[in-house]
Amino acid sequence: MSDNPAIATFLDPKLVRDGLSRRKVLDQVFVIVGLLVMLVCLAILAVLFIDLVRDGSERFTWDFFTNFASRRAERAGILAAWVGTTLIMIVTAVCAVPVGVAAAIYLEEYAPKNWFTAIIEINVTNLAGVPSIVYGLLALGLFVYQFDLGQSIAAAGLTLALLILPIVIVATREAIRSVPNAIREAAYGLGATRWEVTKDHVLPYSTGGILTGMILGLSRAIGETAPIITIGALSFIAFLPESPFTSEFPFISFGWLNDPFTAMPIQMFNWVSRPDPAFQSNAAAAGAILLGMTLLMNGVAIWIRYRYRKKINW
Amino acid sequence: MKLRHTLGVLGAALFATMAISPVASAQAMVKMDGSSTVFPIAEAVAEEFQLSKRGKVRVTVGISGTGGGFKQFCRGETDISNASRPILKEEMEACRKAGVRYTELPVAFDALTVVVNPKNTWVKSLTIADLRKMWEPSAQGRVVRWNQVRPEWPAEPLALFGPGADSGTFDYFTEAVNGKSKASRGDFAASEDDNVIVQGVESNRNALGYFGYAYYVENKERVRAVPIVNQAGKPVAPSIEAVIDGSYEPMSRPLFIYVSEAAAKRPEVRELIEFYLTEGPALAQEVGYVPLPDDAYRLALKHFQDKKLGTVFGGTPEVGVTIDDLLAREGKL
Repeated sequence: MSDNPAIATFLDPKLVRDGLSRRKVLDQVFVIVGLLVMLVCLAILAVLFIDLVRDGSERFTWDFFTNFASRRAERAGILAAWVGTTLIMIVTAVCAVPVGVAAAIYLEEYAPKNWFTAIIEINVTNLAGVPSIVYGLLALGLFVYQFDLGQSIAAAGLTLALLILPIVIVATREAIRSVPNAIREAAYGLGATRWEVTKDHVLPYSTGGILTGMILGLSRAIGETAPIITIGALSFIAFLPESPFTSEFPFISFGWLNDPFTAMPIQMFNWVSRPDPAFQSNAAAAGAILLGMTLLMNGVAIWIRYRYRKKINW
Repeated sequence: MKLRHTLGVLGAALFATMAISPVASAQAMVKMDGSSTVFPIAEAVAEEFQLSKRGKVRVTVGISGTGGGFKQFCRGETDISNASRPILKEEMEACRKAGVRYTELPVAFDALTVVVNPKNTWVKSLTIADLRKMWEPSAQGRVVRWNQVRPEWPAEPLALFGPGADSGTFDYFTEAVNGKSKASRGDFAASEDDNVIVQGVESNRNALGYFGYAYYVENKERVRAVPIVNQAGKPVAPSIEAVIDGSYEPMSRPLFIYVSEAAAKRPEVRELIEFYLTEGPALAQEVGYVPLPDDAYRLALKHFQDKKLGTVFGGTPEVGVTIDDLLAREGKL
């Protein structure tokens, strides 16, 4: 036993045991608090979802998906809205993901660490916090008038792509950073170039994280109303955009990009503010379906991520 | 390999997105935009017109608000502009500069409805002077109890609800009550969604609010409409008959569509307007608005066919114009 009283206390088995059990209690308390917080979040989502489903229950029919908007609540459907939302999401993903991933790869793997890169990084992070209406105004000037895209699906998709670009970049950078440096060094050691390292090692290992970022971005974009109202989404539209598939060569058409559109959040907004209370259940049903679309997208991402994870063997 | 393939496809798609050139749609299309108040009528007309044409003509309706609608209209982006008030001087100027000429057509009436809670037992009718006491800008923070409006009313707090400053309903109400468009006290619960006003008045015994007639029709059990004393000194409750015979004034207002001269040359637009002015009355009533007298629709259709251009208001808001007077006037561009 030491003469030093502090060390003596520290070594006393009884005190050590008491201290340990007290710390274990604290540990348990934290677990319970954490669990409660998580359950509160889930409960709010569940209550919201159940409320929407209950209010809109009588509208969950096949007709609701295949009918256009109408002045009669029971005849009104969301065909134009869900097709519009789906097409906009495709344009958004096709534009935002390659650009965002490429930017993140550059910033993580290529960019020299200097003041210029630092400014870009600060800007990207700040852009993620810019209110969406600002993107809408920018897009109105740039895409709708300057590029003459008009009030089209292409303009809406590009607007939302701008909006989620910072999210995709930040998430991709996180994913790339989580690849251990030893992997890169080993590849360099074998004479691989930087592009080969990125392509064959960094990207395959970070795909899961990149997909998560992409889905986070798209989940935000799907519910955005302000920017697409700004660029001129319509409220009543009773026809579909041109079909992307044609019967003649080359069997694929991009005419739909120039078509006018409406989207799920806009349709909901429109129904909520109608005088006839019957439209409230339409709005609730549309809300539940929009939430369902987001959950579906998240589900697909989780599944893809799981498949990619299984392939990783370091 | 797989990754390169994926990137290639994405790149090609990206390129295709960027490189696509605006192609004119082969199908005839009519574009309407503007007031959210007129939207239910426009939507009903668009829906029925497309059905009657069996999908050969496409009609789109947006809700940018009356002002936002005119902005697009005067740039030549839309064919028809829906308006809950006549076109204003600045908007006439913008149209003139862009060379956009138009026909102004009244399509229905709306009756601004002043409502109170059903449990409110003291208000039997309101004069414009009463309303001005409640809503004038100088009432802000000062008139806060019912007995300040009329001494015989209880000393209960006065809770006011109304539409936000961007709405044409707000413009018309302030013009009619306070004599100047947009002049209003600011300390009331404002909402762009009229359903919020319905809820507010329904849940507060001391509340008073105003909105378009359609919202009252759908919520008759939840709020009570107050008869408004007209110029003849008679209290009149809002109803279709009272609006048509002109006794519900000055709270009834006409709603308009503006058709661009260039668009009116296209057969599909002409057919749509003819449909609007013949089938419109029934549709307007169905969605909670008051149709004009039959003669008014006939005269409006004649104005359209005769290509009578311009507005009869000269760019300044007016209150209490009768429909006959309106259609008899000469238009100005």
